[in-house]
Amino acid sequence: MSPNDLSSYLIIGAILFCLGLFTVLTRRNAISVLMGVELILNSANINYVAFSHFSSGNADGQIYAIFVIMLAAAGAAVGLAIVLAIFQLFHTIDVEAAETLRE
Amino acid sequence: MSVSTAVFYLIALITVISAGMVAFSRNIIYSAFSLLGTFMGVAGIYVFLGADFVAAVQVLIYVGGILVLILFAVMLTHRITDVEVTNRAAGRIPGLILVGVLLYLLIDTIKVTPWARAKELVYAASTAKIGDLFLYTYLLPFELASLVLLAALIGAVVLSRKEIKE
Repeated sequence: MSPNDLSSYLIIGAILFCLGLFTVLTRRNAISVLMGVELILNSANINYVAFSHFSSGNADGQIYAIFVIMLAAAGAAVGLAIVLAIFQLFHTIDVEAAETLRE
Repeated sequence: MSVSTAVFYLIALITVISAGMVAFSRNIIYSAFSLLGTFMGVAGIYVFLGADFVAAVQVLIYVGGILVLILFAVMLTHRITDVEVTNRAAGRIPGLILVGVLLYLLIDTIKVTPWARAKELVYAASTAKIGDLFLYTYLLPFELASLVLLAALIGAVVLSRKEIKE
C-alpha cells in the first residue's frame, strides 16, 4: 500500500464497491439504495482514473470518468423524482410498498 | 514515511470510513451526510492520481449537485420533527457474508494479477488534453451526453410535478 502503487487504489475501489453493494442489497429505503448506487459508481470511477494514470498513461480513462459522473447526475435526478412521486402516492419510500407500481 | 504518503492514508481512511457509515448507519440523515466525506475523499484520490480536472468535476457535480439533491429528497420524504428517522435494513447477515466473500475474491485477484504498467507516470495539468479529446475523439458521445441530460431534465420535471386530477 503506497500512493505510487496501482493495487492500493484498486483495493480502495473494491472496498467502496462492496460497501455500495451491501447498501443496495440490504436497505429498504429507496433513497439509501440510490446512495449505494452512487458509491458503486464512485468505485468504478476510481478504477478508471487509476488505470488511466498507471497503465495506459493517457487521459482516456479520465474522459470515461467524466461521462460516468454526468450519467450519475442524470440518474440521480430522475431517480429522486421517481422517489418523490412514489412518496406522494404511497406516503412511504419503502421499496416493498411500491412493488405494485400503482395504487 | 513522507508527508504525501501520510496524506494518502488519511484520505483513504476518510473515504472508507464514511462509506462504511453510509452502509451501516441507522439514521438516514447520518448516511446522507457521510456521503459528503466519501465524495470529498474520492476527489482527493483523483488528485493523487494526477486527475485535477476530474477532481474538480467530482466536487462540483457530486458534492454540489447530487448530494444536495439527495439531502433534499431525505428532508422532503421524512417528517423532520420525528425523532425516529429509521433506515431499516433487511437480511444483514447473508448480505455481509456475500459481500465479504466478494471483497476477499476481489482483493486476491488484484494482488495476483500482473497489471500493465505505463512507461512513466505523468503529473501534468490535464484540462487542455481532456478538452482536445472531447472535441476530437469523443465528439459524438459528448453531443449525445447533452441530449441525455436534456431528456433527464424533462423526465425529472414531468415525474415530479403534481398531477391535476379532474
